[in-house]
Amino acid sequence: MGIESTEIPVLTTTLEKAVQWARRSSVWPVTFGLACCAIEMMAMSCSRYDIARFGAEVFRGSPRQSDLMIVAGRLSRKMAPALRRIYDQMPEPKWVISMGACASVGGVFDNYAIVQGVDQVVPVDVYVPGCPPRPESLIYGIVQLQRKIDQSKMA
Amino acid sequence: MPEIRTETMTVNMGPQHPSTHGVLRLVLELDGETVRSASPTIGFLHTGIEKTAEQKKWVQVIPLVERMDYLSAQSNSMAYCLSVEKLLGVELPQRVQDIRVLIAELQRINSHLVWLGTHGMEVGAVSVMLYCFRERELLLNINEMLAGFRLFPSYMRVGGLREDLPRGFHEAVRSFADRLTGKLVEYEDLLTKNEIYLKRTQHVGIISAADAVAFGLVGPIARAAGVDYDVRKAFPYLGYDTYDFAVQTQTRGDVYSRYLTRVGEMKESLKIVRQALDRIAPHGIYAVDDPRITPPPKDKVYTEMEALIQHFLIYSQGFSVPAGEAYVPVEGPRGEQGFTVISDGTNRPWRVKSRSPSLLACQALERMIVGNQIADVIAVIGSIDVVMGDVDR
Amino acid sequence: MESTALVALLQDVDPEAGLEVVASSDIHPTVYVSRERVVPFLRQLRDRPELRFALLAELTAVDIWPHEPRFEVICILVSIEHRLRLRVKVRLHGDDARMPTLTGVWPGANWLEREIWDMFGVVFDGHPDPRRILMPEDWDGYPLRKDYPVQIQMKPKTTEAMQMTEAEFRANLLNDRLTRS
Repeated sequence: MGIESTEIPVLTTTLEKAVQWARRSSVWPVTFGLACCAIEMMAMSCSRYDIARFGAEVFRGSPRQSDLMIVAGRLSRKMAPALRRIYDQMPEPKWVISMGACASVGGVFDNYAIVQGVDQVVPVDVYVPGCPPRPESLIYGIVQLQRKIDQSKMA
Repeated sequence: MPEIRTETMTVNMGPQHPSTHGVLRLVLELDGETVRSASPTIGFLHTGIEKTAEQKKWVQVIPLVERMDYLSAQSNSMAYCLSVEKLLGVELPQRVQDIRVLIAELQRINSHLVWLGTHGMEVGAVSVMLYCFRERELLLNINEMLAGFRLFPSYMRVGGLREDLPRGFHEAVRSFADRLTGKLVEYEDLLTKNEIYLKRTQHVGIISAADAVAFGLVGPIARAAGVDYDVRKAFPYLGYDTYDFAVQTQTRGDVYSRYLTRVGEMKESLKIVRQALDRIAPHGIYAVDDPRITPPPKDKVYTEMEALIQHFLIYSQGFSVPAGEAYVPVEGPRGEQGFTVISDGTNRPWRVKSRSPSLLACQALERMIVGNQIADVIAVIGSIDVVMGDVDR
Repeated sequence: MESTALVALLQDVDPEAGLEVVASSDIHPTVYVSRERVVPFLRQLRDRPELRFALLAELTAVDIWPHEPRFEVICILVSIEHRLRLRVKVRLHGDDARMPTLTGVWPGANWLEREIWDMFGVVFDGHPDPRRILMPEDWDGYPLRKDYPVQIQMKPKTTEAMQMTEAEFRANLLNDRLTRS
């Protein structure tokens, strides 16, 4: 009853819900632009699409400070070890969005140089189709990821 | 006092780094803050586009080459189409040439806007990026009007264009040109006399005119160093000799000169855009009248037998290109660009090789950054405007 | 300058270069040069005051397998001063795919030659830095050769995450403190 007697309004919730809310509302992506999709990723964070509306505008240069990796573009075999290294450097919990056809399945580049799907290297949470996807698609992908985070259970 | 022992330090920059315009890796040897040597490592975005292109039909290569240098997509496809048309011996109608000029110049503005935005952000002027991307969205709207795609419209076709200009195209381009004219003044207000920007960019990353030519850096970098060479003037194509514009040159060859050159080029491009717009009729011929390569109009496909067969042939087995080799140079946003296209007389290319100005710019990077401070490295990489998709292909 | 006049000038540059003029379908007059004389020939083209081909615009190769000589190295030269363009080609046999480097004439040829080595396996004798450039250093084969497959089945190579025991971590920390003092 002590709560109601104070003048500060108080919300009560479960710890799990609070953590989910906090994680989902401030997803910080690591700047991991590979190819053409990175240009659309930049467009997404700029004036017209403004990803800040969904709390994911803080692109970090360091993987240590981020919890989302947007693999934007085709992943070559030469780049694959570096991608894995950066993924390993990110602290838990972490998520991966595979942006575009090339990152998801290799796209039109079905040849010796390109890894046919980034899921061979890192686990992927959300696939965004398109070549490149429009910024709206990527925003939808991030919203889907937020829904996924919302349903995650605390271990 | 005993002498202080110093040693150089080796720093690895990249391949994933916020400011290297993609996946470029630099191994820098530092003496304190001064760069003693730099060795760029590339290939992290090698896509094998040239190999894939050899498996495709001539028309199917167009979307692939647009994904090489993804900031100047339509310049790429235009250069490719010009080379193939040279082999086919096709003469383009005047209206098609004018539309191609218009689109190439819009693409140049598009590329330079992305460059200005990212370069501004890298040297600390974040607002420039937001401003530039705001205007760039209008250009992407025009692309969407043309073909329903923002970055890679694939609007060019061998022998002309995919379809006629959409309704409202002239008004959209004209209103964009009017708007950008004012906005360029705004960008220049932010940077040209900004003391911080001047300190970061003047006398930084200098390359001499002779070095620029020896390293093959023709384009804005060489023009900033005083090389008066622009393919549009030196070897005119698509009737560029009938347009009134000036080649932008500076003399100092530093980062600031490159900035001035590119901003000047945007203004000149706007001039060309206006001239081209006046020449283009809203409706008219948009491809050569050659049944070998141009599909017939849709209403004929539905009513005439020959048109149906022709349509079917072009879309199933494609067209064959006479054996030979062609390279048509064009002035892309990053300098001389072109495709060495080799045919063996069949419906698939034997070899497609892009001349990539970014690769050569990357190579000359060491020339520009040795002796500078480490903080300048970012400014210099930004100023040479490399697109890693073009470097690695 | 007309292309015939340019070709006549080239004959004059080096009579022993094995010059062979072929028809061309674009604005570049095309000549073949023998491999042995290519470097002095190109140096002359760069330095002669009436030519001044100071710019190496493009350097690439093509594989015409299964025909022999299998490789053709293609240079496109530009004279900014005189507004001239020229294509120079060199034929190379598949079992002897090597030619002298052009880096002494144009420093910009360095990476272009590395790319040809990487993609076609053409050796450039005297190259200052003969390493692969686009493919990983441990790559097998030359992808743009016509007898190389387009798709290959291979697991992407990745590195394992660095694993460290707590004892190692403490030791590192201690080590770090000692050296800093």
